[in-house]
Amino acid sequence: MTSPEVRVLVSSGRHPVSGRSGAAREDARAVEMALALAGEGVTLLHAGDPADASLRYYLGMFHEVPGLPSVGRVGRLDLLSMPAESDATSLLAEQLRHAGASLVLTGMRSEIGEGSGLLPYLLAERLGWNLVAGVAAIEHCDSESATILQALPQGQRRRLSVRLPCIATVDRAAPAPRQSAHGPARRGQIRVIEPQESAGVALDEPRGQWRFEPARVRPKRLKVVKGGSARERMRAAASTGGGGGGRVLSDLDPEAAADELIRYLESERVLQ
Amino acid sequence: MDQLLSVLIPAALIVGALGAWRRVRLWRQGRPAAVNLLQGMLRMPRRYLVDLHHVVARDRYIAHTHVATAGGFVAAMALAIVVHVLGVENVVMAGLLGLAGLTMLVGTLFVARRRLEPPARLSKGAWQRLPKSLMAFSLGMLLVSLPLGGLVPEGAASVLTTLVLGVLVGWGLLELVVGMGWGGPMKHAFAGAAHLAFHRRPERFSDVSGEGRHPGSRSTALLPLDLDSEQAPGSEQSMGVARPDEFGWQQLLGFDACVQCGRCEAACPAHAAGQPLNPKKLIQDMVIGMAGGSDAHYAGTPYTGQTTGEHGGAPGERIVPQLVEPETLWSCTTCRACVEECPMMIEHVDAIVDMRRFLTLEDGATPEKGAVALDNLIATDNPGGFDNASRLDWAADLELPRIRERPEGVDVLLWLGDGAFDMRNQRTLRSLVTVMRAAGVDFAVVGEEERDSGDLARRLGDEATFQQLARQNIATLSQYRFARIVTCDPHSFHVLGREYPDFGGHYRVLHHSGLLAELIDEQRLQLAPAASGSSLTWHDPCYLGRYNGEFEAPRRVLRALGMEVREMARSGHRSRCCGGGGGAALTDVPGKQRISDMRMGDARDTGAEVVAVGCPQCTAMLEGVVEPGPQVLDLAELVARALVVSEHNSSTLREPQEEVPA
Ligand code: SF4
Ligand code: SF4
Repeated sequence: MTSPEVRVLVSSGRHPVSGRSGAAREDARAVEMALALAGEGVTLLHAGDPADASLRYYLGMFHEVPGLPSVGRVGRLDLLSMPAESDATSLLAEQLRHAGASLVLTGMRSEIGEGSGLLPYLLAERLGWNLVAGVAAIEHCDSESATILQALPQGQRRRLSVRLPCIATVDRAAPAPRQSAHGPARRGQIRVIEPQESAGVALDEPRGQWRFEPARVRPKRLKVVKGGSARERMRAAASTGGGGGGRVLSDLDPEAAADELIRYLESERVLQ
Repeated sequence: MDQLLSVLIPAALIVGALGAWRRVRLWRQGRPAAVNLLQGMLRMPRRYLVDLHHVVARDRYIAHTHVATAGGFVAAMALAIVVHVLGVENVVMAGLLGLAGLTMLVGTLFVARRRLEPPARLSKGAWQRLPKSLMAFSLGMLLVSLPLGGLVPEGAASVLTTLVLGVLVGWGLLELVVGMGWGGPMKHAFAGAAHLAFHRRPERFSDVSGEGRHPGSRSTALLPLDLDSEQAPGSEQSMGVARPDEFGWQQLLGFDACVQCGRCEAACPAHAAGQPLNPKKLIQDMVIGMAGGSDAHYAGTPYTGQTTGEHGGAPGERIVPQLVEPETLWSCTTCRACVEECPMMIEHVDAIVDMRRFLTLEDGATPEKGAVALDNLIATDNPGGFDNASRLDWAADLELPRIRERPEGVDVLLWLGDGAFDMRNQRTLRSLVTVMRAAGVDFAVVGEEERDSGDLARRLGDEATFQQLARQNIATLSQYRFARIVTCDPHSFHVLGREYPDFGGHYRVLHHSGLLAELIDEQRLQLAPAASGSSLTWHDPCYLGRYNGEFEAPRRVLRALGMEVREMARSGHRSRCCGGGGGAALTDVPGKQRISDMRMGDARDTGAEVVAVGCPQCTAMLEGVVEPGPQVLDLAELVARALVVSEHNSSTLREPQEEVPA
């Protein structure tokens, strides 16, 4: 298995209890997945404030783990310098286009800012790459394609074969990240890339009008399951929602599949 | 005969010296550190006679044996050189030589007796040969002195007896003089003397205990790791110790001084619990790493669950896992029982923490729960990952004064420690507050601004997080005025009092046992006499007792309560750890039994109804033991229970506004 060049998009996260900035938990899982897959072939990428110390956490993960590929002594992070309010999409897309990476991993959504989880989609659209969301494991990867296990609710997995280049977002079901160690964190190299004059960082216009407030945990609807066998109650307790319903359609041709999707979106009033 | 000796002795000395030179080179592979050669050598004899013997004398049998044998040997050797090499032959010298030989012979017989059925902690192998070699030498010297002293006619020595004597003395010289330099069992004498002279913690010796880094202490504070210099740009130096040659040279010298007496092994709670740690074997492994080779020749008790001969090392190679498995290092509770017992003043805990530092800071290989605790410490300032602002939630109804609101200063700053997040320890804290209020102590708490002391991070090897927490706490404390800090957590007590000075924080820190003893001495507490016939036993926390020498204050408090204080089999400086120190409760290396169960067994054996504790960690560990067993109560709880409060007073306990103003 020749390990490909892997980039990991990392962002700075926010600790759920203290609110202190640090690693974003899903991004850390993405770094773990990349290191376990490609070792030394991993470079981290971030667009934002060059003074952000929390990014060092990810560099601290560049240490050896028995049985996994060697990661080298010094981790690398390319940092595209930009103000926090700017839109990172075009900068990142340009960087990825020129970097020649074939596989890009990242978390499902960032922990601060919009946290919409849209960035990977925007990047994939702009670059014309494939996108896989909610990856639990990468089973195989060569310079052409990858075999990926996608996480579905209730512990189900779907095996996908993807052609590279591809962007994959890593699910919480992926293996837990290794410890971040102080030595490699301090040793790691952060290469600050100033945007070229011509590139002109796009200011995120609509964002200027938003009001930010801390997220509140949404109350969960209790599922009271009366009676039934122990197994049923267990399953009900363990289910992650999903609303029941749904149909599994397979072996449809693309046209028919697209029609089904549109019909569904209309019924959900997403499309009018 | 005389001619034979005049050749044999110098030859042995020269060969021995060559070996010693080689040994010195082995030590010098370690990281350099400057020492004063002459001063060290001058200090050595006193350190041997006073400090080392203080430890050896805990085993009277071997202490006397050692005085006779070693004293006899040194004297005999010196006299033999004078007589046989320098040729000063007269009756007086011969008599002295004979006397020295005889003394040594008597000592040797006792050495031999101990070796007949050696206790399990002693190493066998070459060590079983030693009494015979000692006997050969002493007997030889004694017999040789006889004709010189005129006790036997000169001519009586036939060729045969000369030959036999020559063999005896030659054998003795080979073991004692050549072996001393080249690494036989007698190596301990040479390395031990050098270790005493150049010990890395000179404060441990009575001659300099008042000077140096930790004046007046038992020198138990871990030594700081210079994070900045070790991380200088382009530096290939890693933090902590990955390879034997990354220890300081004095540490290597210390390992080499081990006599394999196994006292540390007998004292180690992790070893007794069947965890894969034996401090004696660990020190021998370090020697193997320093000299290169495998552990196949080690003739003592192995690590539980491992067989000897499968591990080996070299000075420039990784220690973990080729030489020592990581579980061995993570089993240690840093209780210091081994260091306390070691007659050679070897520093096991320093070595273990040095190796842990590498595993954590460079290898990211802290056992899982330990790594989680470290992440929590970084993100939330406490190992449990709790919201640090909730540190005072347990005291919501007590209206504790914050130090922030007392700019004029207070007498006592109550340091809560992380026990503040633990429901069990909150009861202790509430009791302590009750007692302090009853005695009218002028106190305040740091509250939300308090962070973990860094003890756990430091023992897990995360020096970076420790230093960060230390600096932040010192910065916080520097804003306030207080006469002293009181805490019911011995770990905070040790770290704030003994380890913060290296980072510029100098405080008077008291464990609550010290404060309670003081309040009782000053008769500021009215205590009801306990029910007659009730008894309890005191569990000495490692970080209070062995680390800081406080054995008396808690006992004074308990006696004042009027209960019978029974001592456990292992108490005082030999107290057995609860199993919770040094992050061991988190790393939780499996063994055959749990340390806390063994400790509760010790308590049960005394027949006491209560085991009194003075540490949140000990409380948690001992209360985690299945019933039946004595009740676990903190010193503060016991005192609070015995408080006699008049009606008027009891209301002040609940209404802080009526507190005695400062
Ligand atoms: S380390 Fe000390 S106590 Fe342990 S065996 Fe060696 S000399 Fe004895
Ligand atoms: S400090 Fe305690 S647990 Fe660690 S090796 Fe020494 S005796 Fe054993």
